[in-house]
Amino acid sequence: MAEINLAVKKLQEKFPASIVEVKTFRDEINVTVQKGDIFEICKFLYSDPDLQYQMLTDLCGVDYFPAHPRFEVVYLLFSMKNRERLRLKAKVGEGEAILSVESVWKAANWLEREVYDLFGIHFVNHPDLRRILLWDGFKGYPLRKDYPVEGPDFDKPFVPEV
Amino acid sequence: MAETRLMTINMGPQHPATHGVLRLVLELDGEVIVKVVPHIGHLHRGVEKLAESKTYHQVIPLTDRLDYTNAMGNNLGYVLAVEKLLGIEVPKRAQYLRVMMTELQRIAAHLIWLGTHALDIGAMTLLFYNFREREEILRIFEEVAGGRLTPTYMRIGGVSKDLPDGIDEEIREFVQAFPDHMKEYETLLTKNVIWLKRTKGVGIISKEDAVNWGMTGPSLRGSGVKYDVRKAFPYSSYEEFDFDIPIGSVGDVYDRYIVRLREMEWSNAIVEQALERLPKGPILSDHPWVALPPKDNVLKDIDALIRQFKIASEGFQPPKGEVYVGVEASKGELGYYLVSDGSNRPLRMRIRPPSFLNLSALPKMVEGSLIADVISAIGSIDIVLGEIDR
Repeated sequence: MAEINLAVKKLQEKFPASIVEVKTFRDEINVTVQKGDIFEICKFLYSDPDLQYQMLTDLCGVDYFPAHPRFEVVYLLFSMKNRERLRLKAKVGEGEAILSVESVWKAANWLEREVYDLFGIHFVNHPDLRRILLWDGFKGYPLRKDYPVEGPDFDKPFVPEV
Repeated sequence: MAETRLMTINMGPQHPATHGVLRLVLELDGEVIVKVVPHIGHLHRGVEKLAESKTYHQVIPLTDRLDYTNAMGNNLGYVLAVEKLLGIEVPKRAQYLRVMMTELQRIAAHLIWLGTHALDIGAMTLLFYNFREREEILRIFEEVAGGRLTPTYMRIGGVSKDLPDGIDEEIREFVQAFPDHMKEYETLLTKNVIWLKRTKGVGIISKEDAVNWGMTGPSLRGSGVKYDVRKAFPYSSYEEFDFDIPIGSVGDVYDRYIVRLREMEWSNAIVEQALERLPKGPILSDHPWVALPPKDNVLKDIDALIRQFKIASEGFQPPKGEVYVGVEASKGELGYYLVSDGSNRPLRMRIRPPSFLNLSALPKMVEGSLIADVISAIGSIDIVLGEIDR
């Protein structure tokens, strides 16, 4: 891409140390950042008057097992002002935690709960980090690659522990 | 002095007005709601996990079963994402057929919403009217695609079948009769005093809040935000159609109701335009990876037979990379985020469910209002649990 995206330029100026990689595939911009700075970066992208990424369209996890660090948390932002999407990614290792962006976008509340539920990634400062799709007593994190498609309990009757 | 305390009651998962298996734990001070905690997941089937063990073609039927009132729209989002990943073009006729079917499906989905929403609030008659028209649409789907609720009509690179003979006449009849039916619905509700009292000023959510909570679709536009994926990021030739995006002003249940009614009229107009301007040509891309060869060739030609076998059993291997495609489903922005590692199965298929985020904003809408308003508010955000739980 000949011209550099405004958001990427601003990020490179403001957070030069935390940008790991910028990649474009099929006209979509992917910015990988250090996970420690994710909250500051999101806050900046949200509040910068030229960018205004006011909508968190999606937040999800991806498991690249057996790579290290194995997880990636993916943030898809949308700016109504510029009609532009931006994808942020942060790599997270097994058993590690990442800062919650719930105080920037309320939408992150349930989305982060879902990532926690299905991948077991912890979000620090999340106000209500509980399982959301599965029940409280559930063991394991189903969207991890080492979790079988047919679960260990698939042929047993379901009795939740209360 | 008598002691006062908050009362906690459970609404759902078996409750006629929660539109599926949704459970709400309500904390009440008399009749006023202090706190709402939604509990979801009763319908979780692990669609995202299942997709990782299937080839790209095999995922299409799974998408039908997300939001089961909007199967065509779900198909469309998925096939667009795979096509973007592969970088292939879809023939014009297929794009128009996709638009036509998706918009008919939007009308059908909104009709279910209207009927059940009105039923929740106490207007029973409407449901029978709505299901009468919806039946027409499902009958059209059955003739076109072979299925009613789960048509699996879209294919990667096009659509599965061309229109059968005589169906355009039926679609035209439906399109011409629909404005009159809209009048029937409006006569029953739009100026009905009971309806106004139950919906005006109820479940209000401001513009800023709606955006911040990630709401999309008619629920967002009811609050006055002009965001529609069809206009913002046009796909499948939507830029060639003439339509407007209706928006509300206050962001209450009534505004969301009006927005959806107007949207049905525009969808009807789009179907009409697609039918009038339907281009001639193929309905499936000729890309050798994705398109099954014509059946005649398979029976006569060994190359075609091998190709059919390869596609059906092994699938294809898209380049390494990741794409996101959002489409305007009937509930809001339905997005597919596909990650490919170069193999014949997706490494990850993430579905961005519109109802999920719309529902997460429900507590914001109803806290501080009366318990009866929860029913109106749930109806007005038009949730489908099949999509929320996936």
